[in-house]
Amino acid sequence: MKPLTSRPPFYWRLRPFIYRLEGSRCSVCGHFHPLNRVVCRRCGSRTLERERLNNAGRLVNYTVVHQAQEGFEKTTPYLVGWVEMDDGTNLVGQLTDCDPQDLKVGMTIEMVVRKLRVDGDSNLIVYGVKFRPLVQR
Amino acid sequence: MPKIRNAAIHGYGVYIPMFRIKGAELAKVWGKNASDLPVKEKAVAGLDEDTVTMAVEASKYALKRAGVDASSISAVHVGTESKPYAVKPSGTLVAEILGTSRKTTSADLEFACKAGTEAVQFITALVEAGRIDYGLAIGADTAQGRPGDALEYTAASGAAALVIGPAKNDCVAKFDYSVSFVTDTPDFWRRSYERYPVHASRFTGEPAYFHHTISAVNTILSENGYSVNDIDYFVFHQPNVKFPLAVAKVLSIPTSKVVPGLVADMVGNTYAACSMVALAKILDIASPGQRILATSYGSGAGSDSFVLTVCDGILEKRNRAPTYTELLSRRKEIDYSTYLKYRDKIRM
Ligand SMILES: [Zn+2]
Repeated sequence: MKPLTSRPPFYWRLRPFIYRLEGSRCSVCGHFHPLNRVVCRRCGSRTLERERLNNAGRLVNYTVVHQAQEGFEKTTPYLVGWVEMDDGTNLVGQLTDCDPQDLKVGMTIEMVVRKLRVDGDSNLIVYGVKFRPLVQR
Repeated sequence: MPKIRNAAIHGYGVYIPMFRIKGAELAKVWGKNASDLPVKEKAVAGLDEDTVTMAVEASKYALKRAGVDASSISAVHVGTESKPYAVKPSGTLVAEILGTSRKTTSADLEFACKAGTEAVQFITALVEAGRIDYGLAIGADTAQGRPGDALEYTAASGAAALVIGPAKNDCVAKFDYSVSFVTDTPDFWRRSYERYPVHASRFTGEPAYFHHTISAVNTILSENGYSVNDIDYFVFHQPNVKFPLAVAKVLSIPTSKVVPGLVADMVGNTYAACSMVALAKILDIASPGQRILATSYGSGAGSDSFVLTVCDGILEKRNRAPTYTELLSRRKEIDYSTYLKYRDKIRM
């Protein structure tokens, strides 16, 4: 894997998914894929439609990361969560605005966009999806 | 002064980051007396937050309240003095994250603490002229005070956003009048490449905040035939809690019309967001038919003042997103060293 540095075009291509959870849903089997896809990974169908996931889901499980990936050193320890969105799509991402004691498996979470990291050489700020316990209404 | 004929708030949203530092904690570090602090505590953005992420959070709540799809938004203007980039608009980032129309005007506005209401002036005008259906006026800041400086007690983080569109029955509040009042006043500034602002204490109160705020309020009231009695709530910019209350005293405004709009005590001064957060706090409680006078103040210096009438849509729409009080109750207290880390004051 390439080091996580100076890749503005890489993040630029990911924008629809990491900003808005947009992707393609297979009209045959219902599987959701991040970003644009021509062929369904699950059933091979070629009829996919663009869709934006609902921004809520539930926490399936989580872990605390102490040994950070490059570019995330300043935020350790941080939480990574496995979440199941309302449509059943499973996603993995950082959890924010919470400590482990705030978390309960099964709790409602919502998607937020936060600063993920600053791209090494270019100093570009990379924004993208994180999850947090739903702000109660 | 300008009558606003056809522009209204359709949705409003506030964002307050969950981290708070107490004034007493700052006073302890700098050996100051904790009995006379300008605010009780202030909101601090987390490590992964900045003006763009907070603007997005407030805008999402505003869109939810408005019941307007992001694709109908064709103007996104962010007022701020803490742009994440010196060059690269915050507005396009906010627009892209929200998924607004591509055919969108977008520019960041700078006018210290009144940059957010300057966005309101722009977008109400675009809507009135029929150039756009809906636009987002945003005030957002992660205000910075030099460690040990008086501003460190109040400089806070937060955002507020308004979805503005044509006046309809189901809107939240319609704009009636606006006024802008400016002069060249050297009360507060920050040069390029400087990390922290400079403030000229001599100018902070009388010739700056009070002169502009009071002139704007007096102008909008007298030129449109209103008196203090015709207004139900007064909203002010709040560099601290004393200043808006002092304005109320000068203008003989009953404190009962000012206190409901005070936010600085618990949130601090969120700069470009401040008076808009205060307006949102009033919209959380106001009744249809009530009249609000909202006045910002920005150093350099000037004030925008707006008269708004609350509409029927408020009753249902206010419940669609978290209120000011609900966001405030999301609170995690931090100490001074954590604060230094979060606000990027520790450089390695
Ligand atoms: Zn399929």
